[in-house]
Amino acid sequence: MFTSNHTAARRPTARKWLAATAGFAFAATGAISSAQAQDTIKVGVLHSLSGTMAISETTLKDTVLFMIDEQNKKGGVNGKKLEAVVVDPASNWPLFAEKARELIAKNKVAVVFGCWTSVSRKSVLPVFKELNSILFYPVQYEGEESEYNVFYTGAAPNQQAIPAVDYLMSKEGGSVKRWVLAGTDYVYPRTTNKILEAYLKSKGVKQEDIMINYTPFGHSDWQTIVSDIKKFGSAGKKTGVVSTINGDANVPFYKELGNQGIKATDIPVVAFSVGEEELAGLDTKPLLGHLAAWNYFQSVKSPGNTEFIKKWQAFTKNPKRTTNDPMEATVIGFNMWVKAVEKVKTTDATKVIDALPGITAPNLTGGTSTMLPNHHITKPVFVGEIKGDGQFDVVWKTKGLVPGDAWTDFLPGSKDLESDWVKLKCGNYNTVTKKCGGQAS
Amino acid sequence: MGKFRDRILAIVFAIGLIVSAAGLAHAGPYEDALEKLTTDDYADTADAVTAVATSGNPMAAPLIAALQDGRLQFSAKDKKVFIKTVDDKLIDAETGKPFDGAPPDDLDAVRVNNRLRGVIDAANGALTLMAPDAAKRYESAQAVFKSRDAAVLPAVEKALEAEKIPRVKKVLTEARAAILLGADDTSPADKIAAINIIRDRGDQDSLALIESLPADTPAEVRAAATAASAQIQRNLAIWNTVQNLWYGLSLGSVLLLAAIGLAITFGVMGVINMAHGEMVMLGAYVTYVVQEIIRTRYPGLFDYSLAIALPLAFIFSAAVGIAIERSVIRFLYGRPLETLLATWGISLVLQQAVRVAFGPTNKEVGNPSWMSGAFDLGGILITYNRMWIILFTGIVFAALLAMLRFTRLGLEMRAVTQNRQMAAAVGIRTARIDALTFGLGSGIAGLAGVALSQIDNVSPNLGQGYIIDSFMVVVFGGVGNLWGTLVGALTLGIANKFLEPFAGAVLAKIAILVFIILFIQKRPRGMFALKGRAIEA
Repeated sequence: MFTSNHTAARRPTARKWLAATAGFAFAATGAISSAQAQDTIKVGVLHSLSGTMAISETTLKDTVLFMIDEQNKKGGVNGKKLEAVVVDPASNWPLFAEKARELIAKNKVAVVFGCWTSVSRKSVLPVFKELNSILFYPVQYEGEESEYNVFYTGAAPNQQAIPAVDYLMSKEGGSVKRWVLAGTDYVYPRTTNKILEAYLKSKGVKQEDIMINYTPFGHSDWQTIVSDIKKFGSAGKKTGVVSTINGDANVPFYKELGNQGIKATDIPVVAFSVGEEELAGLDTKPLLGHLAAWNYFQSVKSPGNTEFIKKWQAFTKNPKRTTNDPMEATVIGFNMWVKAVEKVKTTDATKVIDALPGITAPNLTGGTSTMLPNHHITKPVFVGEIKGDGQFDVVWKTKGLVPGDAWTDFLPGSKDLESDWVKLKCGNYNTVTKKCGGQAS
Repeated sequence: MGKFRDRILAIVFAIGLIVSAAGLAHAGPYEDALEKLTTDDYADTADAVTAVATSGNPMAAPLIAALQDGRLQFSAKDKKVFIKTVDDKLIDAETGKPFDGAPPDDLDAVRVNNRLRGVIDAANGALTLMAPDAAKRYESAQAVFKSRDAAVLPAVEKALEAEKIPRVKKVLTEARAAILLGADDTSPADKIAAINIIRDRGDQDSLALIESLPADTPAEVRAAATAASAQIQRNLAIWNTVQNLWYGLSLGSVLLLAAIGLAITFGVMGVINMAHGEMVMLGAYVTYVVQEIIRTRYPGLFDYSLAIALPLAFIFSAAVGIAIERSVIRFLYGRPLETLLATWGISLVLQQAVRVAFGPTNKEVGNPSWMSGAFDLGGILITYNRMWIILFTGIVFAALLAMLRFTRLGLEMRAVTQNRQMAAAVGIRTARIDALTFGLGSGIAGLAGVALSQIDNVSPNLGQGYIIDSFMVVVFGGVGNLWGTLVGALTLGIANKFLEPFAGAVLAKIAILVFIILFIQKRPRGMFALKGRAIEA
């Protein structure tokens, strides 16, 4: 994007302004790492600090910095201090690949924590494969992927979407019979909704009782859709909304729900992308009782969580700073990486990747998560209701930890695939044709 | 003698014990229910609510109200339940008397989930059908209409007799009809009468109710139901069109509000101002800052926060606009490409500056009470915030037209736009007018920001979402023509809302874009093109 600026800057009068503008933008966006000592282990942080996704990703950058700070207080890893290398891919998908290359090839980082959107993850995959490095991906996603170089510490669909739907179907959740699947129009909602639709049909829900709706990114005029949901919901059967609406569009969506008077007792909305951070921009009183499904809530009471929140708020010097699910996933991933590096006594990517499956790390809600051979982890699933103070009240949780399933069992093509990097050395082994390299349809 | 006395005493004691034990065991359903509220289990709480509601205890209504508001506290250790008053005092739920001692240290709120809220609403429905507040009675009658709980029928009939206000009476009648229609022992004639009452209500819920009749319904009832359902559907179709029109008007007004400032800077001055969206964003952040100050210092003024924010947002955005014009844009007049790039750079700088100053996350801008909620108008639902935004857009538009038409500044602005050299020749300081015009456009964008903060995210990205739409409106309406912007915005808004139900939000947006591209091919100067030399900039 800056190339066009430079071309234009050849005109003499405009030059100084454009240079100043571009300089400003550069200086403001890049958090440039300071002095680089020789005997440190470098940790790459690949999260957008500017652009649309900065709203979500900046917190994760702070989380990695916080974890590095904590680890260094304990003496670092293998006797070496950790050093963060922060780059800003500016919510620009091709730039993610460039910045990943810069981190691995130029800065020689041992591991990268980064990406939020699936498209940014897909964009960096070839780089990580080519240069054989490690990426920890901390966000809930649509599954249908398991790569040798990537560790997925966020939820797969069976660790978030499916348990949430199960809850709404249960008596406690209101015995929902009619479903609205509403999402932003991109890969995560589309795949998740495809999986959910297949799952609902397998549970005997009829086609006419499922309404699927997609909206563009940053959609702000929800009047028609909310009134459609209301109409769909007044057909006499208990209706629930499963929302995969992306972060930014949620505030106007919930405001419209509140204004049109849709209460959680009439039509509950369960969201997969709304956490404590998103609620910070909202008056939550009209949303009382609407739901979110996550593997972590700030309100979960456990000694580990209480201590984490205290330290985090001290680190950020903000006593009101919230925590959220992708933060916890980052923390778990970070701790697992530290353990693996300590186990093999090196940061060599191949050795660390081979050591990671089987490594355990405590999660903040009181359990212990394990890295599985398919590079996903075991996590508990919680359903929380929005409270008046912008936090969630956990109303339901799974009995134990749920192992992440890379390939869903509810889509044809994907259900025959299996991922096992320990025994099979393959991320997409087809159990029918007994071949590695099977494709999901 | 002494022995005898001892024995008597012992007997008295024993009787006393038995009596008191019996007293404990038969403390009544209300007291039993209270104990269930201390187990922190949703099923127990649900049982307790039903028991409390039917106990007839005078504390039942305040207890359920407290539970609903999250003010009901319990101590698991002491097995005691307290009602927390609005001013943070504890009342013992058993006795109804203020609690004086030190509150137990494990005091926690009784938790509710959605199923419980449903139970509470149902319990409340019966309890508040006779409430002194008419709005509450109306609400609970609506709740009964939805729940159609046959057990409430006697309460509904009693309330119906006592009810004086026609609005509430109507809903009560409808609620009674809904219950009767669902009951097995209602005679066919009564059922037909019930269908007619529900038909006149005529909304989506009524339609669902009438269509959900069981298969073994007598033929004459079924015929009445079919007719009623057809009539409701006809009515709904008409109201649906009206509703779409309203939504379109509302979307159009938002587009107009965002575009109207651009209509001045781009339309009138010919500056391609990519930082226009950021002026809107700055206006929204001014609203946020004003609300923060009000919240911490003068909470009583909250309902006036928007009125206070409006002039401040205008002044602030206008000042930033003038600063940009004086420092960058004035060097680039007549060079659209450079202007585009420079203003785009400015937009990035402003976004990042706000991100650094306020953080990247959304900021909460509250809706004042007069902008929250909705009311029914015939068969459509009108939300207050959208209604006020439509009115506000109208006022801003009229004020701007009046300013351009009747003030000296407006006259000079028009003169400079129409013929710069001639205007300069008659003594107008064109440079000053340029700055003021740009400031005016930016200031109006700031006003738009105040309004948009009520319906959208207040984040550094706020402006980006509107910049494309704004350009679309101005180009479609006709560059340099405010009326064109008005017609353009409303046309696009309404077209979008009529397409959306059929095509979905994504396709509707694409269709509108394709339409504009084709339209611009046919009429490159938009709907209302200015003629003559005026537009040669």
